[in-house]
Formats: sequence, C-alpha cells, structure tokens
Amino acid sequence: MTALVRPVAALGATEFRIALRNRWVTITVAMMALFALVLSAAGSAPTGDVGVDALSVTVASLTSLGVYLVPLMALLMSFDAVAGEMERGTLSLTLTYPVSRGAILLGKFAAHLAVLAIAVGAGYGLAAVAALVADPEAVEGLPALWRLFWSSVLLGAVFLCIGYALSAMARRPGAAAGLAIGVWLAVVVLYDLGLLAAVVADGGGVFTTRALPWLLLANPADAFRLFNLAASEATAAASGLGGAAQTIPAYHALISVLLWPVVAFALAVAALRRVTP
Amino acid sequence: MNSLTLSQVTKIYDGVTALDAVGFTVAPGERVALLGHNGAGKSTLMKIILGLIPATAGQIEVLGATPGSQTARDGTAYLPENVAFHPALTGLEQIRLYLRLRGDDPAKAMALLDRVGLGQAARRRIGTYSKGMRQRVGLAQALIGNPRLLVLDEPTSGLDPVSRREFYTILDTLAADGAAILLSSHALTEVEARTDRIVILSQGRLMANDTLAALRQRAALPIRLQVSARPGAADQVAAQLAGGRRNGVMVDLTCAHDEKLNRLGDIAALHGLIEDVEIIPPSLEDLYSHFSRRDEA
Repeated sequence: MTALVRPVAALGATEFRIALRNRWVTITVAMMALFALVLSAAGSAPTGDVGVDALSVTVASLTSLGVYLVPLMALLMSFDAVAGEMERGTLSLTLTYPVSRGAILLGKFAAHLAVLAIAVGAGYGLAAVAALVADPEAVEGLPALWRLFWSSVLLGAVFLCIGYALSAMARRPGAAAGLAIGVWLAVVVLYDLGLLAAVVADGGGVFTTRALPWLLLANPADAFRLFNLAASEATAAASGLGGAAQTIPAYHALISVLLWPVVAFALAVAALRRVTP
Repeated sequence: MNSLTLSQVTKIYDGVTALDAVGFTVAPGERVALLGHNGAGKSTLMKIILGLIPATAGQIEVLGATPGSQTARDGTAYLPENVAFHPALTGLEQIRLYLRLRGDDPAKAMALLDRVGLGQAARRRIGTYSKGMRQRVGLAQALIGNPRLLVLDEPTSGLDPVSRREFYTILDTLAADGAAILLSSHALTEVEARTDRIVILSQGRLMANDTLAALRQRAALPIRLQVSARPGAADQVAAQLAGGRRNGVMVDLTCAHDEKLNRLGDIAALHGLIEDVEIIPPSLEDLYSHFSRRDEA
C-alpha cells in the first residue's frame, strides 16, 4: 500500500470499529429498517388506484423520509469527529504523526459513509423485499430504488462533511452538537418552509419562475428530492414542491447531487486546516 | 549535532508574548526537564517544537530539519498532557493504529504494551482504564519506531510512585540509546533525580538552563538548620541561637553555605538543651522559586 492509502485505511478501520462499539451501526440500521417497513406497510394500500407498482410508491415515501433522516444520521455521526478528538487531546497527537489532515478526515469519512451505506441499504432493501412480496410487478420499481440508494449515500456524504466542518469550527463537542442540529433544522426543514412562504407571497411572479429553481438546486437536500422525484414521474404528486420539480431538468439536480459531496469535503478539509491544536 | 536547537524563539498571541526569545539545546542522550508555572509557555514551546503551531520569530531545528517536516515528524515522539484515547477502543487496538500510522508493523503492539506494563489489560477497553493506565498507553505510542527526540508534556501526572519509577527507567534506557528527551513536570523531586539538565521558564522567558548542581551554586540559597529543643527549653534555645520558634520544641535557623559548620558548633554547645538537629539543603522547589521569581516586577 502506498504511503497515502495506509493511514486512511488504518484510521477508517479504527473509526468503523468505534462506530460498531458505540452502537451507531445498530442504531442507524434499526432506525432505517423500522421506518422503511412502516412506510412499506402504509404505502401498499393505495397501489391499485394510482396504477403503478408497490415499490415505486414506496420509493416516493422513502425519498420524503430519507431527505430528513439521512442528513440527521450523518450529522449525528460526524459532529464529534474533530471536536471530540480535540477535547481528548488525540488530535494534536495524531497531527505529530506523519499523516496529513486530509488523510485524517478521509479515514473518518470512509468509515462513517460505510455505516450510512449499510443503514440505508438495509432499510431500502427491506422495503424492496416487502414490496416484492406484496406485488410481483414491484420489480419495475427497482431502478428507482437503486437511484434512491446511491443518491441517499451521496446526500449522507454531504452532511457528514458539513458535520466535520462544524466540528472543526466549534472546537467543543457540545457546541458542535448544537450547531449540527441548527444546520439540520435550517437546511432540511426551514429552508423549504421559507421557499414555500416566498412562493405563496410571490404569487407566480419572477421569484417563482427565475430564482426558485436555483435556490432548490443550491440546497443538497432539495436537489436530492428533485433528482429522485424528477426521475420517477409517478412520484411527482408526492411532494409539496412537485410543481417546481417539473420545471427543473433532471440532470441539473443530478449535477447538484454529484457536486455537493465534493464541495462539502473541500469545505471540511479547509475547516480542519484552520484548526490550531 | 544537537537533536533539538532553539534560538531566540518568540511567540506572540494577539499581542500577548507567550514566549520571549527562548533558546536552548538538547543533545542526543540528554534528559532535559522543562519547568515553569501553569501558563509559563511550556506547552506552547512544545507545540512549536512539534510543528503544530508556528513561532512568531526565532530558529528551531528538530533533528536537523524544520519542525513539522517529514524528517522531524518521523523521528519525534510526543506525549500530550492529559491525553485520553477513545474509550471504545482497547489498548491493543489503539497502539496498532499508531503503529500503522507510522508505517510500522501492527504486530509489535503487544510488545510495546508489555514494555509499559499494560500487557494484562491490552485487550480491555480504554474506557475501563485508570488515569495511570491511559498515561501508559500514551507512553507506549511514544516508544514506536525508536524516536530520536521525545517531547513529553507532564508525562508522570496521574502515575503512582511505583509507575513513575518504571516510567523513568524506560526513559533512562531510551536516553542510553541516544534519544534526546525533553519533558515538562510539576513533580520537582522526581525531576531532580532523573534528568541531566533543568530549563526554567517564567512568563515566557528563559530564567535558567543548567545542571542542578550548577543552579544550586549560582543561587547560593541559605541552608536551613532545624533544631529540636528539649521540652520547655525551646525559648532558651531560640534566644541563644537567635533563631525563630516554630512550635513547642522546634527552632528554625538559616545560614549561608560557608557558615554551616560554625552554626553547627553553636548548636552543639547547647547539647544539654537540644535533642536533635536536621540540616536541610535548598530543595529544587527553593531553586525553582528563586529562578522563576528573579525578574518579577
């Protein structure tokens, strides 16, 4: 292994072990599985009326769920990453080793992303099994579910990196936790409410037609939702901002979904570089 | 060549001078104690040596290279003050990680833990360790890969007396192999016996940099004589020796080094009135107070 990969692999393996011991793997998998099963049960009733397969309906529900749950899980896993190490005194120690700050972050990121992927995969997998048992035609929904899976992992990656950046800026775990919850509320919950209020006030004017699409694409959670909704026409009705989804080409949302993890990781590395141990 | 050379090292934080033109060297095999009050600049100086923070001015050479460079990092080991490793990991897992980060064989972890006396607890989680055991994990990671320079911040705080002795035995072995050791401590009595040279920092300035014997000579601090009088005779003894009463039977005297024998003669002349006499040379605490307060306004 090269000198670059070795520390990342060592740090990642250690971080994954910590996630297992801290029950993060258990908690996130259980949470995703539980919600996926509940949504499958609730979503299987109206299948006949809508005229699409059971899994496509479930995917619409899972999109709405994932947009809240995945960022929350990612932030909860990442807020302690830098601040906790500063408090324990291990950050300054690790920085005296022949390891770069980017490698330290990449190791943690790989482990946390693996945990998220396992949890999301388990939840969505269960939903797929439930849908296939209830409706053999659900096979048609599998591509949509796969798209939802990898875009959920990318969404998680964005919020993991935002969590690291907050952790580096806050320097104390308590403050980092507060900031993480604040960011989750602002980006995932309040952002959409604000946009909805603006759309209502604007009454179909310039804001709604010109600014709104860009504002939706600028938010990683909205881009995720748009991407999954636009890609699956059957689910458009499920979203409050579904109208807007139709005016934005799917590849715009895809670019945002792909670009955000890169931007967020660069942001996190920059924040960690500014930390004086 | 010195393992560590500091010259005119200055650090200014937001207009406050944390270090003011500090300069000293540590040679291979030398054990140097860095003493100072809390906030004297010890940890700041160590972080500058390690390349964690930049100095505002001055020259620093670590193993012939600049602080934080690959050469410096490869050959330097650090033990931070009050380091607490992740409680969910075992001691063995933690040391295996640090071995891998140094590009070393993780299989050496058990031998390192055995060396610091943690072999029995290696497979237990660090969360169950005492403070002294955590400190030993810290020491074990500092031993990885035969470091040429060890920078140890308060390494023996939280260790019991037996562990301290074992700790210094390990340091002696390292120094005998040619490693340079810079350690800070509050426990002056242990530093007294186990280091070669003492550097005293006060308010960011270097107040002393010498062997203990040389510092004693330079400070020329008075020697204390403690006389135990027979019951009821303390007042009389104090009056005759012109000394200060301390409690019912004790009389305290101080004298310069060259007066010591004369004073002892005076005391011996009162043998009917006294029971015992103790000679107390200036301790490192006294020397430390002397040098760290010398220039205070």
